[in-house]
Amino acid sequence: MAEETITLEVTRYRPREDREPRAQAFTVPYRKDWVVLDALNHIKDRVDGTLTYRWSCRMGVCGSCGMMVNGVPKLTCAAFLRDYLPGPIRVEPLAYFPVIRDLVVDIEDFMGKLRRVMPWIIRRTEQPLTAGEYRQTPAQLEAYKQFSMCINCMLCYAACPVYGLSPLFIGPAAIALGYRYNLDSRDEGYHLRQPILAEAVGVWQCTFVGECSAVCPKGVDPAAAIQRSKVAGAKDWFLSILLPRGGRS
Amino acid sequence: MSAPPAPRPGLYYPKMPATWWLRRPAYLRFMLREVSSVFIAIFLAVLMVQVYRAGQGPEAYAAFLERLASPGWIAFHAVALGFALYHSVTWLKLTAVVQVVRLGEHQVPPRLVAAGAFAFWGILSLAILFAVLLRS
Amino acid sequence: MSTRKTSEPFWWGLFSVGGVVAAFLVPVHLFIHGLAVPLGWIAFPHARMLALVGQPLVKVYLFVLIALPLYHWAHRFRFVLEDLGLHALRAPIAVGCYGSAVAGTVGTLWVLLRL
Repeated sequence: MAEETITLEVTRYRPREDREPRAQAFTVPYRKDWVVLDALNHIKDRVDGTLTYRWSCRMGVCGSCGMMVNGVPKLTCAAFLRDYLPGPIRVEPLAYFPVIRDLVVDIEDFMGKLRRVMPWIIRRTEQPLTAGEYRQTPAQLEAYKQFSMCINCMLCYAACPVYGLSPLFIGPAAIALGYRYNLDSRDEGYHLRQPILAEAVGVWQCTFVGECSAVCPKGVDPAAAIQRSKVAGAKDWFLSILLPRGGRS
Repeated sequence: MSAPPAPRPGLYYPKMPATWWLRRPAYLRFMLREVSSVFIAIFLAVLMVQVYRAGQGPEAYAAFLERLASPGWIAFHAVALGFALYHSVTWLKLTAVVQVVRLGEHQVPPRLVAAGAFAFWGILSLAILFAVLLRS
Repeated sequence: MSTRKTSEPFWWGLFSVGGVVAAFLVPVHLFIHGLAVPLGWIAFPHARMLALVGQPLVKVYLFVLIALPLYHWAHRFRFVLEDLGLHALRAPIAVGCYGSAVAGTVGTLWVLLRL
């Protein structure tokens, strides 16, 4: 009996040799429990060892195997072949990012933006270790919890046409993480972080397409974080007009 | 604001075609939502002219209403009404997600907020319609 | 604190308020004035129109109904033009869109105040 197969159309790009990426078709065995990442691993192990892509945990935690599957950003470790029958399945590097090789994109820009929003707890004065941990009520945790689920997989950037159109845009994940720390009851860094979120290339670039939230594999809602940061930014702005000498603490 | 990163040799920089919004249904829905504002603005400009014509006297006002009854304007307003409804539906749905409404310590579920907004919209629209109907 | 470096929050604020007004009030008015009255479903004679718009409260209502959603249009149309690839013309597009909304506001005021 002939083995069932499925075809993957995988983007190939060799730096300095190719001017543009091109698609290469691979036919791989079809298994009901295989995900796109399994098919890519099969190609790399058995067919073409030069195929280049990122992956690590295979369980939707590390956030490194994000690619475009049939034009939609997906974690390939969670994209089952059976959901794309009968194929072929288009596998491309994450949209809007510069391509380094094959399915690997350059993430420097995102890493820089992530650092800019200072996604860590900022204290005016750090309390001594002997004072114990900074405690929170369940309600205080609930306030920011969904935004802390981000795994930096960048699917939201690959879904965001605003990022594609203006690469300076800080973008969904970085703003959502900045917002997450602004919401944290232990944090005192709003006055440092919010000006970065609310600069011209920050939240104001967003036109609320909403696809960032639609593609997030972790149920984070970056679009809501951005719109709420706009509300906060607008409040600050109008307050600073009404009370020019620093109305807020 | 930092300068755009200089392109690095060897990397492929994808270009965004002007037709990107045709690539995915969600992008197309977004574009239609944004374009709804154009139809709303044109309607409001027409309404402004209607008020202006009313100030010019009964003849000018009647002539203007006659013009609005032409098939072209009726078709435009029918399409514009579709866009206006689409704006209202998308706006109220999205606002309900963005605006956190709290009751004590708990957040009211966005679906409930949206339901409230839709109910308010419906009642307000009916009230305006009845006000116009009853006094005409 | 550098929140005043950009005027974006100001225009976004007007956009939001205009969007709310458009969402709640425009469909029913579009139905009445764009379809029902021209098609003769609802009579809206001149005397009644004049009596209505002569009232100060109605003038305020019409100002809110007409002027605020213009900023909603200006903001969205600005980004539509940018989305269609006119990114290089960002500054003139913004001035043109918001400028049109301001002109529309002045025009609305003029029409309402001379009634």
